[in-house]
Amino acid sequence: MHKFTILEGIVAPLDRANVDTDAIIPKQFLKSIQRTGFGPNLFDEWRYLDHGEPGMDNSVRPLNPDFVLNFPRYNNAKILLARANFGCGSSREHAPWALEDYGFRCLIAPSYADIFFNNCFKNAILPVVLNNKAVGDLFMQVEKQPGYAVRVDLPNQIVTLPDKTTITFEIDAFRKHGLLNGLDEIGLTLEKTEMIKRYEQQRKAEAPWLFG
Amino acid sequence: MHPQTLYDKLWQQHVVYDQEDGVTLIYIDRHLIHEVTSPQAFAGLYLAKRKPWRIDSMLAVPDHNVPTTVDNSEMDDPISRLQVTTLDQNCQHFGITEFVMSDPRQGIVHVIGPEQGATLPGMTIVCGDSHTSTHGAFGALAFGIGTSEVEHVMVTQCLMQRKSKNMRIWLEGELQIGVTAKDLVLAVIGEIGTAGGSGHAIEFAGPAIESLSMEGRMTVCNMAIEAGARSGMIAVDQVTLDYLNGRPYAPSGELWERAVHSWKQLQSDEGAEFDRETTLDVSALRPQVTWGTSPQMVVGIDDIVPNPAHESDPVIREGMEHALVYMDLEPGTPIKKIDLDLVFIGSCTNGRIEDLRDAAAVARGKQVADNIKQALVVPGSGLVKRQAESEGLHQVFIDAGFEWRNPGCSMCLAMNADRLQPGERCASTSNRNFEGRQGQGGRSHLVSPAMAAAAAIAGHFTDPGRM
Repeated sequence: MHKFTILEGIVAPLDRANVDTDAIIPKQFLKSIQRTGFGPNLFDEWRYLDHGEPGMDNSVRPLNPDFVLNFPRYNNAKILLARANFGCGSSREHAPWALEDYGFRCLIAPSYADIFFNNCFKNAILPVVLNNKAVGDLFMQVEKQPGYAVRVDLPNQIVTLPDKTTITFEIDAFRKHGLLNGLDEIGLTLEKTEMIKRYEQQRKAEAPWLFG
Repeated sequence: MHPQTLYDKLWQQHVVYDQEDGVTLIYIDRHLIHEVTSPQAFAGLYLAKRKPWRIDSMLAVPDHNVPTTVDNSEMDDPISRLQVTTLDQNCQHFGITEFVMSDPRQGIVHVIGPEQGATLPGMTIVCGDSHTSTHGAFGALAFGIGTSEVEHVMVTQCLMQRKSKNMRIWLEGELQIGVTAKDLVLAVIGEIGTAGGSGHAIEFAGPAIESLSMEGRMTVCNMAIEAGARSGMIAVDQVTLDYLNGRPYAPSGELWERAVHSWKQLQSDEGAEFDRETTLDVSALRPQVTWGTSPQMVVGIDDIVPNPAHESDPVIREGMEHALVYMDLEPGTPIKKIDLDLVFIGSCTNGRIEDLRDAAAVARGKQVADNIKQALVVPGSGLVKRQAESEGLHQVFIDAGFEWRNPGCSMCLAMNADRLQPGERCASTSNRNFEGRQGQGGRSHLVSPAMAAAAAIAGHFTDPGRM
């Protein structure tokens, strides 16, 4: 997995609460058996005016000029600012795959849905949690100031705004360690093979109906 | 001993290793697999030259993409077909049990697990699907995972998890006629919101839960994720045991007796502490209908579409306004005055035999209204379909003008050909009314099977208890 340490980039504001993973990447694109290539279909139903299907040439599709990611000022945005309960609904990891493939490596929101939040860390995306007031202020500033960019510093857990003010954020130590080092979690767990086998033997003795 | 919640017990029984930083390696007993969220995980196995840890813990089935048309079971869409054949090939390669498309036991993964007895009390159960919470109805710890975790479980039989908080939703009272488990869980979501259970494992308890059948309990736990909780669960009782006894994958003979003895411990101890508790009295509950684009946007059948102007929180107000535009509804419109174009009965929420019986009881001897373009009945599995046909339910539906289909996820998420066209309005027994969920531009109203059938007959929402 890629590492995440420090990211500086333009912030794009998606001003809606409860954005679900169906909206992030609609179901027809889930038919792919690949892990990559979902970026052009991120927010497909909001982003384009026509109906998207896999295999289409997305570069010639009509863009929805009212959708925020289509505003030229948010070209090359690396950080997505969102509202509460972002990523609710389906467990599809295609949602963080699409965000990452589009170019978002960091999200800022007051809260995320549990499964989506967890999936982000498996894909080197940092979902920063800030309180409602801080997020509300960011929305106002981003909309006011074209080119608004922030610096997200994971080692120090700090978001630095253009005027150099800083906001600290909390993150679970294990997840932070994983992002900073780009850890292979499966490899880590396999180091515990003996422990897993021991547990399994004991479990088999206690509840044999769970095996075989 | 310190009194424990059901969730505490299930968690504790599966701890392989507690790290100092609060992350725990937990053991997974059952891994359910479908075609959409597994190909990239299998690809990871090939790439790293890894093998599944325990294939006997795995059960696979194609469900999301499969066609449901009875006279044409071919998959016309080559991309869907590739996803299903990829699952077939992966399962064959590793020797994983799969109920392939032509298998009479094929169906929606969350319907077939319990039906086969592959879902058992005391298990940890995962699947790359958020509605895995369904299986918690059996006193199991069941939750949805992403594809990276699917790969993790395949290879290690474990997951690194942080323990959730405990939440109990206590449901008092007795449901009125025409009011079902679906109405109950929609009312709960309306009460606590779609993020109300975030970070928590929800235990549903109380007299209204105890009086539900297993099918009803599965409907409730299925939608725990719609309340923000990865897992929902219900304590084991006689209803649980009676459902499981004799199922193909359930233990039998002496092993059954041993298992039952152990399963009877699977309930929260007297005095166990919950981080959050909510109580709801359901005795006055009316059949529920969602009006917006989030399951929490729900009211009773006698109510009206709410007015965003009465909402003080600007973010919530904007969400309501947005939803009303998408749904093409005016504030103040009586729910009973909303005309429909389609009706969908099925899904992992409401595609079981009892759901079909409920709907058939309403539809019997009546006709689908002229304004309904299509009324679909999609059984949750091949065995549900067979059971319904042995009871003659299919004939009730066909005579009334419904289409009787083959099993699959179908119009719940519209990955196959069953989908809404832009602007079409559907009464659906599924679980999500998100924008575009049932087809781009489609408008979904979540309801119970009885309400869906009643709406098909009337052409608009109406009280199924009066039909």
